[in-house]
Amino acid sequence: MLEAKFTKKLWHFTLDIQIDLDTDILVLWGPSGAGKTTILHCLAGLSNPTGGLIKLGDTVLYSSEDRINVNTRFRNVGYLFQDYALFPHLTVRKNVMYGLKCKKNSNGSLTAKNPLELLDSFGVGHLVDRYPRQLSGGEKQRVALVRALAVQPKLLLLDEPFSALDKNIKDTLRQEIKKLHHQWRIPFVLVTHDKEDAEFLGDKIISLEKGRSRDVTMQTISC
Amino acid sequence: MYFHINDWFPVLLSLRVALIALIAVACLGLPVARLLARREFHGKDVLEAAITLPLVLPPSVIGYGLLVLIGKNGLLGEALADIGTSIIFTWWSAVLASTVVAFPLMYQSAKAAFKSVDINYEKAARTLGAGEIRIFFTITLPLAWPGIIAGLVLSFARALGEFGATLMVAGNIPGQTQTIPLAIYFAVDAGDNVTARTLVAIITVFSFLVIFWVNRWAKRQNY
Repeated sequence: MLEAKFTKKLWHFTLDIQIDLDTDILVLWGPSGAGKTTILHCLAGLSNPTGGLIKLGDTVLYSSEDRINVNTRFRNVGYLFQDYALFPHLTVRKNVMYGLKCKKNSNGSLTAKNPLELLDSFGVGHLVDRYPRQLSGGEKQRVALVRALAVQPKLLLLDEPFSALDKNIKDTLRQEIKKLHHQWRIPFVLVTHDKEDAEFLGDKIISLEKGRSRDVTMQTISC
Repeated sequence: MYFHINDWFPVLLSLRVALIALIAVACLGLPVARLLARREFHGKDVLEAAITLPLVLPPSVIGYGLLVLIGKNGLLGEALADIGTSIIFTWWSAVLASTVVAFPLMYQSAKAAFKSVDINYEKAARTLGAGEIRIFFTITLPLAWPGIIAGLVLSFARALGEFGATLMVAGNIPGQTQTIPLAIYFAVDAGDNVTARTLVAIITVFSFLVIFWVNRWAKRQNY
């Protein structure tokens, strides 16, 4: 489903990455500064690779050869930011509806699942009228996940999803993300520096150091 | 001597000039600030220095420059003459003078406000399918709003108090181009203390109320 092979020049090294992913969870694991977030940015179109190819399903998102570079807004890629980036001036309801409003205007069709129901299924349905500053870390993450999923992405990118959370809530959310992945059946690419996260969630793990991928795709047991 | 009905003219004219200048400054300053806030290019420092220049130059220098610009042989003056009009020594040139001196204040405040908006909010909106214009109006502008309001207040105050350049390009024509600062100066010059005192009181109370209200409003806008 996701096929990516690209390079990206950074000021102190060059990223060289190759991803071939079905509907699995790929974990990019490595120390900070290894270029993990940059890879997610390239997949989402938030920054441009130096060269290569990114293909999601049958759609070419980026190709240096054919000079294709699809704008982020048309890529259908969900992105969970490290600090969740919930819009602070909008309520939970408006946050999760934000993407739908954009979609409705561009295609004229409403997406299938109601994000408010999605909030309920994540156990945060009662928070719709709260503002992000009134939420706990775990609640923020659930809301951010709903917001990203509300636009029916074909790929979900998660940047250090557990780094801002306590140990006990972390375990719960790890389980939830695994469950979520089973329900949605889309490829997830998750970035982490935590070995436990990587081993628990990764169907495939790419270990990164200074942009080079070491011992690629070691299979782990999935539950 | 009493405060005559005609003495209200400078008050109304000042408000009109300052309001129109404020609209002009907002329409010009906000897009320029947004464009320059997150972009680096050759000559940006030179451009920014030029933008800020009216803030530090003596008003008489601005006045002289504007005279050259809108005078008979000036760039703008000739263009206006072609359509059979001239703004020199009319209240429109007072608007122009106020706009020029207030612009740097709007630009600086708005640029700082736009820069203070976490770039991840804009990125998140992009991954949710929002276009740049939608992002500006639904994310960037509301989040930068407190800083922009500060810029608008400063600009309005600067426009309301503009004296030197206005005197040079609009003159001191009672009932036509005489704004509050000019009226006060010439009232004092003529020994008309009643008019001077009344106008001083009006502009002081008015400015106090505006700043008081804005500060109170800004206090409530904490995310």
